[in-house]
Amino acid sequence: MAEQYVAAVDQGTNSTRCILFDRRGRLVSVAQREHRQLFPRPGWVEHDAAEIWRNVTRVVPAAIRQIAAEPSQIVAIGITNQRETSLLWDRRTGQPVGHAVVWQDTRTDRLITELAGDEGPDRFADLCGLPLTTYFSAPRLRWMLDHTPGLRARAERGEVLFGTMESWLIWNFTGGPQGGLHVTDVTNASRTMLMNIETLEWDDRLLAAFDVPRSVLPEIRPSSGVFATATEVLPGVRIGAALGDQQAALFGQTCFSPGEAKCTYGTGSFLLLHTGKEIVRSTHGMLTTVAYQIGSEPAAYALEGSMAVTGSLVQWFRDGLGLIHTAAEIETLARTVEDNGGAYIVPAFSGLFAPHWRSEARGVIAGLTGYITKGHLARAVLEATGFQTLEVVNAMNADSGIALTALKVDGGMTANNLLMQFLADLLDVPVVRPMVTETVSLGAAYAAGLAVGYWPDLEGLRSNWHRAGQWLPNMDPDRRATEYANWQAAVQRTFGWIRPDQARSDQ
Amino acid sequence: MPGSVQSIERAAAVLRLLAAAPNGLGVADLGNALGLAKPTVHGILKTLHQVGFVEQDHTGAHYRLSDAFGRLGETYLDPNELRSRAINWADSLASRSGEVVRVGRLVEGKVVVVHHVFRPDDSDQDLDVGTTLPPHACALGKAVLAFDASGAARPGRLDAYTTRTIVDPARLAEELMAVRAKGWAGEFEEHTVELAGIAAPIRGLGGLVVGAVGLTGRIERICDSRLRHRSDLITMVRATAEAIGRDLREER
Repeated sequence: MAEQYVAAVDQGTNSTRCILFDRRGRLVSVAQREHRQLFPRPGWVEHDAAEIWRNVTRVVPAAIRQIAAEPSQIVAIGITNQRETSLLWDRRTGQPVGHAVVWQDTRTDRLITELAGDEGPDRFADLCGLPLTTYFSAPRLRWMLDHTPGLRARAERGEVLFGTMESWLIWNFTGGPQGGLHVTDVTNASRTMLMNIETLEWDDRLLAAFDVPRSVLPEIRPSSGVFATATEVLPGVRIGAALGDQQAALFGQTCFSPGEAKCTYGTGSFLLLHTGKEIVRSTHGMLTTVAYQIGSEPAAYALEGSMAVTGSLVQWFRDGLGLIHTAAEIETLARTVEDNGGAYIVPAFSGLFAPHWRSEARGVIAGLTGYITKGHLARAVLEATGFQTLEVVNAMNADSGIALTALKVDGGMTANNLLMQFLADLLDVPVVRPMVTETVSLGAAYAAGLAVGYWPDLEGLRSNWHRAGQWLPNMDPDRRATEYANWQAAVQRTFGWIRPDQARSDQ
Repeated sequence: MPGSVQSIERAAAVLRLLAAAPNGLGVADLGNALGLAKPTVHGILKTLHQVGFVEQDHTGAHYRLSDAFGRLGETYLDPNELRSRAINWADSLASRSGEVVRVGRLVEGKVVVVHHVFRPDDSDQDLDVGTTLPPHACALGKAVLAFDASGAARPGRLDAYTTRTIVDPARLAEELMAVRAKGWAGEFEEHTVELAGIAAPIRGLGGLVVGAVGLTGRIERICDSRLRHRSDLITMVRATAEAIGRDLREER
């Protein structure tokens, strides 16, 4: 019998990929296509959802072709996606209404301030586990309904559908205007601010607060479980899972027990700590989120520390400043010097995320002197990711009351040895990379494969996890303390940059 | 006698014009100067850009010679770039073979380890990225030496690490000829007693060998009962090298 595979479709911020995995959880082929990043105004970031779906229809067959397999050898599709990016589309024509508004977009900053009112940004945290920021979907959905002529009326008549990217993909996989299934999963729904974190259902109080009609919302399903059988791209193949990219990475790292944590280093970086069936409310700027739900079992929860700008700072260094040609060259440039020379870059490009949640902050390069070369700046770029991780780990330790003893890492930036060593030095714990760095896709594949019986249980998946690399701490404690103090001083200097009187009106 | 290759002549003409224009030239400028259609010029520029000979300015409208063009003798692939392209495939090789995997490249007569994947048995192992290996005494080294045309990278002295290390230059030359013929290199207790290895060259654009990927392990796992390198492992290593090469050659 021909070998069977699970196809993971990872709809990410910069590209859409299809990766095939075999029964041992090993990557067998990858196909990838980037899509355009649209920046119509400062602070606005958009994607063309039609372009993204076209890319899906290309990368899936390409991944299968690469190993000369037949579509019939694919037993399930697992979908994972950039979270919070929001889209409305026409139920009848299948056309997106405008562009998808991306998670990094800050156009809702004024709306956020209005909604927070006197009660402050945490006014909905009890219900949804999240603070009011430009990061999540509900303010974006509200903005789209308010700023597109006639859209609210069409929404109330049930003519338009809302979704994050997994909803858009599943709807299209299942026929689009011809009977497409309009669903989401608990992890993605937990990032909207519209789902009640305890009941895992849309909450009328939240819908009323954001003035969102229930008719546009998808049905919420478990993350792992057969959603439907695809009619497009891979007709006859079951869609076995959908989950947000960071939750997928937690699953791919086989963090199935309370206390297990991972950090994924990509465009942004995200540290998630499994908290079991317990909903832990953070007092240190972490988010409460759903980790996953398998079929009819109770959902597992997680605490999340989100860093908005990590890999994208390297991209800016490459594309915005032109100091390197490829992202990997940053390590080469950084190694031309011994240390950061006293320079610190705080990349508050769209405000600061965890643990500060300061949307009015903007980035700074602190400690500039005539001594600083591009090599020092390259170091500062990489170290920014290390320092942000340390801030999140400190906050997480304070919330959970348990100190982290090792950090499981994954994502593209784990190819950067200088950064991985700096992380170990700064956190003072071993940093461990698993055999499959593509844990986002692996997690989606695992969840889908479980749903169709390709893998029997979680324990079987655990035995696939192996250590591929490890970095041990080796930094003088005094130096660690000084460096961190310098970083914290630099962070202070980002606060209060956007003053209320100069915030753009959200026309 | 074969004729000259027209596209190379045209590419050479484009390079001459760009070298003479410090502010760069657009597609139309080049097309007019050479009497070529815009799509033809565009195709030539795209290829020259891909091989790293020309750069676009920030507007994307003008092309000029790249810095790298003036330093052709130096290595053209950044080692960290090689690691980031190799990482997925090297992981997959380690996980399929159950052995330690390394990616290496030749620098000043030594093999520098660019990437290292632990043996997937969760035992204690130390990352040895950045350390060097003697090229004549390991599979990784032989896989790159065999395709090194300059001779400059050859080790000066062939030191013995075990009784099986090849220390005779003539024997090494024979061995490298065999590597070229087979497309892979083997190691049998030449560096460390009881260890064997298999490596294959990684080919970038135009077939240039930019490094090698290989695995190392105990003889009884790497070799069959007649002490020959296992053919299934050879196939895996060669497929891995090919996959990394494909990744490098693809435009991103």
